[in-house]
Amino acid sequence: MAQALGIFVAGTLGTMVLGLLSKWFDRKLTARVQYRVGPPLLQPFYDILKLLGKETLVPADARRSGFLLAPLVGLSATAVAAGILWASAVNPAGAFVGDLIVLLYVLTLPSLSLVVGGSASGNPFGAVGASREIKLLIAYELPLITAIVTALVHAEAWSFRLADLAAHQAAHGPIAASLSGALALLVSLFCIQAKLGLVPFDTAEADTELMGGVLVEYSGPPLALIHLFRAMLLAVLPMLLITVFLGGIRLSWPGILGTLLAYLLILVFVVLLRNTNPRLRIDQAVKFFWLLLFPIAMLALILALAGY
Amino acid sequence: MTRTVLPIGPFHPLQEEAEFFQLYVDGETVVDMDVRISYNHRGIEDISTRRTFDQVPYLVERVCGICSASHPLAYIQAVEELAGITPPERSLYLRTIVNELERLHSHLLWVGLAGHFLGYNTVFMWAWKYREPVLDLLEATTGSRINYANAKIGGSRRDIPNELAPRILSVLSELEGKLEMLTGAVLDDYVLHLRTKGVGVLSREDARDYCVTGPTARASGIAIDVRRDDPYAAYDRIEWNVISAAEGDVFAKAKVRLLECFESIKIIRQCARQLPEGPIEVPVAAIPPGEAVGHVEAPRGETFHYVVSDGGPCPARHKVRAPSYVNIPSFKAACVGQPLADVTIALAAVDPCYSCTERLAVALDARTRRPLYTFDDLVRLSQEKTARLAREV
Repeated sequence: MAQALGIFVAGTLGTMVLGLLSKWFDRKLTARVQYRVGPPLLQPFYDILKLLGKETLVPADARRSGFLLAPLVGLSATAVAAGILWASAVNPAGAFVGDLIVLLYVLTLPSLSLVVGGSASGNPFGAVGASREIKLLIAYELPLITAIVTALVHAEAWSFRLADLAAHQAAHGPIAASLSGALALLVSLFCIQAKLGLVPFDTAEADTELMGGVLVEYSGPPLALIHLFRAMLLAVLPMLLITVFLGGIRLSWPGILGTLLAYLLILVFVVLLRNTNPRLRIDQAVKFFWLLLFPIAMLALILALAGY
Repeated sequence: MTRTVLPIGPFHPLQEEAEFFQLYVDGETVVDMDVRISYNHRGIEDISTRRTFDQVPYLVERVCGICSASHPLAYIQAVEELAGITPPERSLYLRTIVNELERLHSHLLWVGLAGHFLGYNTVFMWAWKYREPVLDLLEATTGSRINYANAKIGGSRRDIPNELAPRILSVLSELEGKLEMLTGAVLDDYVLHLRTKGVGVLSREDARDYCVTGPTARASGIAIDVRRDDPYAAYDRIEWNVISAAEGDVFAKAKVRLLECFESIKIIRQCARQLPEGPIEVPVAAIPPGEAVGHVEAPRGETFHYVVSDGGPCPARHKVRAPSYVNIPSFKAACVGQPLADVTIALAAVDPCYSCTERLAVALDARTRRPLYTFDDLVRLSQEKTARLAREV
């Protein structure tokens, strides 16, 4: 128990640091793509610290409890997700059966917390943002889960344990090396882009349209918490993809090099995707996930069942 | 039907100026909108009647930070017509060069902003990077990046030396390559097509009814351009084309602006090569009584200045009508019925300029059409507020 708690606390803190460093990488690479200089390494940390020191403003029309609880729910859900991933990487034997299912459920909570927060803000922009966020959630969950089931078919890991997926890949090479695995990874990459709320799927925030949408009324520490769990997601979601498709998270030498490389490649994909596209309209985003990515994910699943 | 009111403005990240669009939305569809402008009255026309004729250009170039060559030129052409002054040939070419450089930087600015509004910040940064050499060129030719003070009554204030021509040409050819890349990146991008094609369509009929001008009209299939229809400066002495498109959507407006950039390069290039020798200004005596209009094709459309002289040192009346003034009301035709996400880019597609547009707001009662406040009422309100603030402090 003490060990599990230790892994959870260390995992959460480690994910915060890793997430904020990834945020820096995102901002720096974005800046270089746009011929700008970009921020120093610690800028994301300073931003969070600065926001934590500011006043918390709650609009008069807002539902106070929902508005202030939402960022906490989002942060704790992300921390739990990070804990599950780290636990299965550090101590595969201790991981429980079905942790993948729990993980997928827990990972919807950050988006749902933003829906609650946006709706509770009492701002029409927040309400529109919340409605878009929930549409987006419905849109991308289907292809994402189908893609992950594809990986399960490969590993024959019907225990839904992340550790079983990692063990299979340690023995037989990464799932993404197969045709169906590669397709499923591609689908998942777009899905995590939406989960991260980045362009082209940032319709729920859309600062030039909705002035931040779900975030419009947030300020000070609650906003800092939202930025923090968003940054953590930037670490958690690539880690999830590495665990499921790219050979699992390896913490021993020299496997850690491959894990780091995969992590960086996913980050680069995310950053470039967000810098080479305009924002999709919400109906276009839903169509993209349901009519394009879902069939591809189904194809991957069928291919996997056929042994490809 | 439930209607939610969604305010865009008075301060909103969409536009850098104060403007207010009250959108009535049903779900995500905009079912009606109120366009409320005039947050920004600065009394330019009134100040103008208290400046001498030769001071006014420096005033009207501050109407708008972007059209700071078009407004003075329109005013100057009105005064020159009034006084029967023919500016020397060389100054006409100088005016053309500066006005086309202005169009280049304005269109590039718009392309960048349009990208930003769509969440495509890379286009924003790239377009503004490519705009920099144009601003540098304006500084090299006029001495200033923004308020050029280039034209004056009877000619031009500052000559562009012939030695500068090779530099202008080399900057232009460098820019042309980058512009081709940017145009390709914008006009061939499938995702951008999704967001701009068929969005915010202003039909030819609506464009005619709302009397829109400039790229907004040309993108709706109405090929009007003051530079061709009533040539001024040196536009009738060189080869160039009026760009137009039939679709009337945001994509057509982007296409027209981007392709116009190439025409501008063509015009500047010819002017720089053919720059005639001679003086750049003629002496100007007093301005006789009378009235005249001057109009110029600004980057956003036709800028129109009307000047009355009573023979004194200052204009007796000076009326400014900026292109955005006629373009902004067309929002209603282009935006109602569109999803919310498309409205912001449809609003931006006109390239509205509020500081250009706004002159005076008169609040009328909707039923009786009587003014709600007279000037005296406003003075009284202001004094009451000052007194209240003084008490509170």
